[in-house]
Amino acid sequence: MAKLILSMDGLVLKEIPLVKERTTIGRKPHNDIQIDNLAVSGEHAVIVTIMNDSFLEDLGSTNGTMVNGNTVKKHFLQGNDIIELGKYKLKYIAEAGQPVGASAADFEKTMVLRPSTMKSAAEQARAMTSLPSADGTQPRSKAEIAEAARAASAQQVASTATSAGTASKPEPAAAPAPPQAPKPAQPLGAIQILSGGNAGKELELTKPLTTLGKPGMQVAVLTRRPQGYFITHVEGAQHPTVNGQSIGSAPHSLKDHDVIEIAGVKMEFFVKS
Amino acid sequence: MDLSQVLEIASSTDPGMVRSHNEDAVASDAACGIAVLADGMGGYNAGEVASGMATTVITTELARMLGTVRPYDIDPQTDRPMAERMLREQIMNANASIYQASQSQPQYAGMGTTLVTCLFYDNRVMVAHLGDSRLYRLRGEEFEQLTRDHSLLQEQIDSGLLTAEQAKTAQHKNLVTRALGIDLGIEPEIREYSCKAGDIYLLCSDGLCDMVSDEDIGMALQALGANLNLAAQQLVQMANDNGGRDNVSVILVRVLREYPAARGVMAKFLAWLK
Repeated sequence: MAKLILSMDGLVLKEIPLVKERTTIGRKPHNDIQIDNLAVSGEHAVIVTIMNDSFLEDLGSTNGTMVNGNTVKKHFLQGNDIIELGKYKLKYIAEAGQPVGASAADFEKTMVLRPSTMKSAAEQARAMTSLPSADGTQPRSKAEIAEAARAASAQQVASTATSAGTASKPEPAAAPAPPQAPKPAQPLGAIQILSGGNAGKELELTKPLTTLGKPGMQVAVLTRRPQGYFITHVEGAQHPTVNGQSIGSAPHSLKDHDVIEIAGVKMEFFVKS
Repeated sequence: MDLSQVLEIASSTDPGMVRSHNEDAVASDAACGIAVLADGMGGYNAGEVASGMATTVITTELARMLGTVRPYDIDPQTDRPMAERMLREQIMNANASIYQASQSQPQYAGMGTTLVTCLFYDNRVMVAHLGDSRLYRLRGEEFEQLTRDHSLLQEQIDSGLLTAEQAKTAQHKNLVTRALGIDLGIEPEIREYSCKAGDIYLLCSDGLCDMVSDEDIGMALQALGANLNLAAQQLVQMANDNGGRDNVSVILVRVLREYPAARGVMAKFLAWLK
């Protein structure tokens, strides 16, 4: 479960788990997080939590809300964001482990929200956006949309889970990892042209794929993969050669100082740094 | 009209690096101008059953209908081309079959599938989709997404709750708001686009677009467009190299030349001469 750590001048005051879908922050006592300081407005801000995502929204406070040094009206909270209200700081800690009964695989698996109830939530949301905001409290209605959407989704997930029975059971093999794992650092490759008009020129292979050759005549592609660089034939009757050997149509792994020939041009592959 | 000389189709499907089995299904018929991709969901093998039923029913039934119905004729009831009605009817058929199977057999309870279907005819393509399987088009330098996901995330983007940037880091990417086989009443989104010679269409499951950025997908298609089979394999490989957290499936369709429907007697005669 995500949580907030309230601190002032580096002193940790409190740890607040984000259990509710709306966690209000303000000076007045009815707030979920009360900060009794004159720099904080009575109703200062709210954090709307939709499943695992939390959104911070300023409720038109006098002194504003900052996240990581920037004033925000609305912000999609990311792990370790620092929310500042006057002298107080709230650090947002994203959910570390998955809640009991739900693993990472649960969030990867495609699940359906039934259209009927989803539509009612969407209509509700639309009705809210179309409401003329007489007092200019636009953000508030947005927060309510979030609430409506969240309510619908929570209900739906629950109902799919029960009606589907074992349908959304996680596969044990799945290990929790960020969806877009950062690519591991890999050595950078480059090619140097050895013959023809461009002899001596060097080309760094920074992109996931680089095509070489003459379109319509002979083209090969160099792909950058976690395992290293590969060369593959794309088009043309002639296939490229590596160290004098034709590579056929299957991908061929490149080693440092391999000499490639494509469309009559020789070039050397080498690993930089 | 036989489109096998007009359309070049390549497809690839892979379980990915994490999942033990593949719940995606792909089917295509170049002669009839049909491409169907489905991403199934449901426990055990129910996901495969749902996506397999969807692709099989839609491909075979559409092909059968094309024998008697001309897709470019205007449907008097709706004033839209017959292609739209054909797609809707066959999607409804597939939906009913999946729904009935899930109701009658406990092991298939709750199964469903997303869907993206293309029907090429008369220099046009009719596209129907449900859920988060997508259609992209590469035209010249321009690579764009033609379908819009039916997902909670997309609705949040539309309502201004999230920006497209923020959506990339959101955790609930997997919640779709429309799917085949969940309910009897479904609403496929059906749109028509005109085709140009040289266009490349990409149908893909979320296993590709969640793992590989649109920019990289576009670049791969531009670089490898000359060899569609290689491009399809390359896209799957890129998703797997980035982690392959889900099943990855792609269908690539290249329009080799224009294909106006032969309407009059003369046009038919000319078409026969070719």
